[in-house]
Amino acid sequence: MAASSCRGVRSILRKYGSCGKSLCVSRSKTAPQLPVRQICLSSSLWKKNLAAAGPQKFTQEFINKQVEEFEVGKRHLANMMGEDPETFTQEDIDRSIAYLFPSGLFDKRARPIMKHPEQIFPKQTAVQWDAEGRPFHFLFYTGKQSYYSLLHDLYEKILAIERHQDKMRSKGLFTSDTKQIMLTGSRWLLKEEMEEHLVENVSDQDYTRLIQLMEKLLSMPYCSLEEEFVLKFRRQLEVQSSKQEIPVIQYDPQGVAFSVSDGRRKSAKASITLRDSGSGNVTINGKNYLRHFPILQDREQLLFPLHFVGMLGRFDIEGSVEGSGHSAQAGALRLAISRALLSFVSEGQVEKMRQAGLLTADPRIKERKKPGQEGARRKFTWKKR
Amino acid sequence: MAAGVLTRVTQVLRRPRLVTAVFSCHGQTFSSAAAAVKSTRDTAATEKIQNFPLTQPDYFRLSELFSIKDLFEARVHLGHKKGCRHRLMEPYVFGSRLDVDIIDLEQTVEHLQRALNFTAHVAYRGGIILFVSRRRQFGHLVESTARECGEYAHTRYWKGGLLTNAPIQYSPGVRLPDLIVFFSTLNNVFQQHVGIRDAAKMNIPTVGIVDSNCNPSLITYPVPGNDDTPVAMEMYCRLFKMTVNRAKDKRRQMELLKGISASG
Repeated sequence: MAASSCRGVRSILRKYGSCGKSLCVSRSKTAPQLPVRQICLSSSLWKKNLAAAGPQKFTQEFINKQVEEFEVGKRHLANMMGEDPETFTQEDIDRSIAYLFPSGLFDKRARPIMKHPEQIFPKQTAVQWDAEGRPFHFLFYTGKQSYYSLLHDLYEKILAIERHQDKMRSKGLFTSDTKQIMLTGSRWLLKEEMEEHLVENVSDQDYTRLIQLMEKLLSMPYCSLEEEFVLKFRRQLEVQSSKQEIPVIQYDPQGVAFSVSDGRRKSAKASITLRDSGSGNVTINGKNYLRHFPILQDREQLLFPLHFVGMLGRFDIEGSVEGSGHSAQAGALRLAISRALLSFVSEGQVEKMRQAGLLTADPRIKERKKPGQEGARRKFTWKKR
Repeated sequence: MAAGVLTRVTQVLRRPRLVTAVFSCHGQTFSSAAAAVKSTRDTAATEKIQNFPLTQPDYFRLSELFSIKDLFEARVHLGHKKGCRHRLMEPYVFGSRLDVDIIDLEQTVEHLQRALNFTAHVAYRGGIILFVSRRRQFGHLVESTARECGEYAHTRYWKGGLLTNAPIQYSPGVRLPDLIVFFSTLNNVFQQHVGIRDAAKMNIPTVGIVDSNCNPSLITYPVPGNDDTPVAMEMYCRLFKMTVNRAKDKRRQMELLKGISASG
């Protein structure tokens, strides 16, 4: 007992002793005479390998405590702002925090936030087994229980549909033209969304396999039986053209309709006024576009949007442009003209213009020069010797 | 042999709380001797429940579940072709008829009885049973069987360290299966399933349906029989499901009786 405690003390002293110091500990007579060696102890031995620990894990009690604190804090905030604590929504919280803690930081995610802990702390899997040690899920020992259980359920549904088909066939009521699931305008869940849904890592092959099985389910004639299940894994696609900002049509004192818009390309900024007067004149920075753009290609770029829509002689273009070179200025003006044109054109034409690339701002800029090279791509002259 | 294995398994299945010690019974310290005595009485009852089925050879009456005729009708006696025969399966095989190996059903009945009896005892003592099969044809069937009897299944790709590297693959406190039942001992490339070797490394007993092209040496309770026909697989699944359910029902009955006798 004494020897073991002595040994314990010695080990503690050794662990926390500084490098290079020899330790002389008085030993009891019962312990044998062991030679005391200098053990080199550097701080790297007891530094925690933080990278190996993985993402931080939060216990359920910690999260429950955070939820309680959030609820209490929400009521305090409501009282502070002079509003009713019972009907204090998340938008009110965001508004109040933005008012009380104004921040000039650019990134919205760096500003102070107050949200429910479920949205802040990542979803974690709780302990997977009961007091006896028996896991809850019957596929626990596969390692990927949610994914394989999803595959199992999918296969079960496929079998059920096949049985239904056989029943209909035996009754003589089998038809191929049954109600099909509406799939247009939606896409399958992405791999990241699937990982979020299953709270598990999903590899590329697993994801492909899952989509294949889903497609197999959809290929069967009576798949409408499982419509609800399938739609859980589909997301609506956003219609791109509906997000287009169309400038408002304004009216002159003379009653002529006009619209104003801007465009940018490289460092050229352009501003355009499109008038519905019916002449087809183009004025840039006060002078005729022939004087400003002597090169044919630039003038073609200017008139291309009107040519595409078929309204060449209808509009009067009045524009101002500055910065960069002639080609960039032409591109900036073209974008501005296309945007201004949106208000005079139908929905279908808007989608066509979008697909033609008239409404997309050209993102190309001058590539930076790299060290060890003459320019962005050009290397120094290679000398053999 | 069976009794020896059973005692080994009882030691494995014994939970820490069943280790008796003076006053610090089952890892808990008791304030008074009376509490310790009451707990000792509970332990004695639990021990009796645990050990009583071991007194009789076929406590769960599993021989009623099947007969040789059922096995024959389920085509369990049909093995693979003579060229695929494994050297170590020769004791279990009569010979070949029209180049197809015929498995001796009388030996199968004995082996199957022993295997089912062992499974029943493990299930009775609350052990975790893992059903393994790598045949895609029967994967869904095996998983459904496991789900219906409240046990576990693994019919997917077997990741390397599932048994041997368990604390890292799952979580530190994980409990490994107490019995692994292989419905087919080969994987999709006709090699022996990795689980057999891993279970042997981790001292987990295994029950396996060995066909005429399989290696029965590492399996604790081999059952020579057909693993390719759907009828045969359905029969095995049904038998194992009934065994496990019977054993669990029996255990619940005994617990209830113990509860009644303790309170009364």
